[in-house]
Amino acid sequence: MAFQKLIRERFFPHLWCPGCGHGTVLNGLLHAVDELGLDQSSLCMVSGIGCSARIAGYVDFHTMHTMHGRALACATGLKLARPSLTIFVPMGDGDATAIGGNHFIHACRRNIDLTAIVLNNRIYGMTGGQYSPLSGQGILATTAPYRSIDPAFDVVQLALGAGATFVARTTAFHVKEIGSIIKKAVQHKGMSVVEIFVQCPTYFGRKNKIGDAVQMLEQYRDRTAPLGSKKLEADPSLIARGIFKDEQRPEYCEEYAKIIARAQGKEA
Amino acid sequence: MEAVSINERWCKGCGICVAFCPKEALVLEHEKARHIPDRCIACGMCELYCPDLAITVDTSKKPARAKKEVA
Ligand SMILES: Cc1ncc(C[n+]2csc(CCOP(=O)(O)OP(=O)(O)O)c2C)c(N)n1
Ligand code: SF4
Ligand code: SF4
Ligand code: SF4
Repeated sequence: MAFQKLIRERFFPHLWCPGCGHGTVLNGLLHAVDELGLDQSSLCMVSGIGCSARIAGYVDFHTMHTMHGRALACATGLKLARPSLTIFVPMGDGDATAIGGNHFIHACRRNIDLTAIVLNNRIYGMTGGQYSPLSGQGILATTAPYRSIDPAFDVVQLALGAGATFVARTTAFHVKEIGSIIKKAVQHKGMSVVEIFVQCPTYFGRKNKIGDAVQMLEQYRDRTAPLGSKKLEADPSLIARGIFKDEQRPEYCEEYAKIIARAQGKEA
Repeated sequence: MEAVSINERWCKGCGICVAFCPKEALVLEHEKARHIPDRCIACGMCELYCPDLAITVDTSKKPARAKKEVA
């Protein structure tokens, strides 16, 4: 494929650890953009802080590398000022649901036309392996040496409850799904939330003795199943993958444009 | 030219492509992936799996027999 034209080659090899799932998401996203034939100057990637957030440095689109937890707030401002831009907002689990949890639910509620991608590695990678709101009970982390007692959010349910109009989940093992879901999320008008399970072999895998990147990917393969599949029906302990919601509801920037027209006395 | 090209400078030797290639057409050697063209069906999966964007696959180089196999 022609991903070379979509990246800033001068920054490669990238800084992520060997086998880090963030790279697989970058890979799938580039394939999606290539297949949709999108013009790079019509795209902006807005990220916060974290290993995952570094993804914005590697794509040759417009990019904003902002503050921890604030990527969606910055993206909201950008989208209101430049509604024609297609905006990707990749976030780590900490970035999206701990410090940024408030921005996350309100962006969903407003149904603003952004593509939010939650790169869920269930840990704070960049700062050395603290547990996050997505780690879940029983997990070992530097801040939970006797195992975490905190239940995890389900990002899909959170996004659905908060009002996002496109909600999906896949994993770094399901590389074709990453591309096909991101394509649909980008084409959807309104707030799209795509959760992708990604392996952090360096902290999550090592601390929890799951093994290396390959073994973590095997878990994603074996412990998930497509929505509506026989496999999922037969074993309810599996985690569902696929598109949970794809609906239309008034989009925030379009509603705001109507307000501007009304204030200018140009209302139809 | 071969169907699969590996950028050795970017490969970090994680072994993901080696583990999930459906034809065992990749191996790790001195912590770098190496391709074995005889076994390869140019399916393109390794290009998508690699977290380091180190692999490109020219899927037009699919052998005729293999085309049927994966269709
Ligand atoms: C306001 C603020 N608080 C805390 C930090 C420290 N910090 C940097 S990255 C990070 C969490 C990273 O975890 P996550 O968002 O899950 O991304 P990952 O590194 O795992 O991809 C934290 C707490 C910061 N940079 N800024
Ligand atoms: S620490 Fe974890 S999340 Fe960060 S680059 Fe390494 S593997 Fe990826
Ligand atoms: S193209 Fe397919 S068969 Fe060939 S090396 Fe890659 S994954 Fe294996
Ligand atoms: S997946 Fe990529 S980085 Fe990992 S061994 Fe294969 S070529 Fe190297």
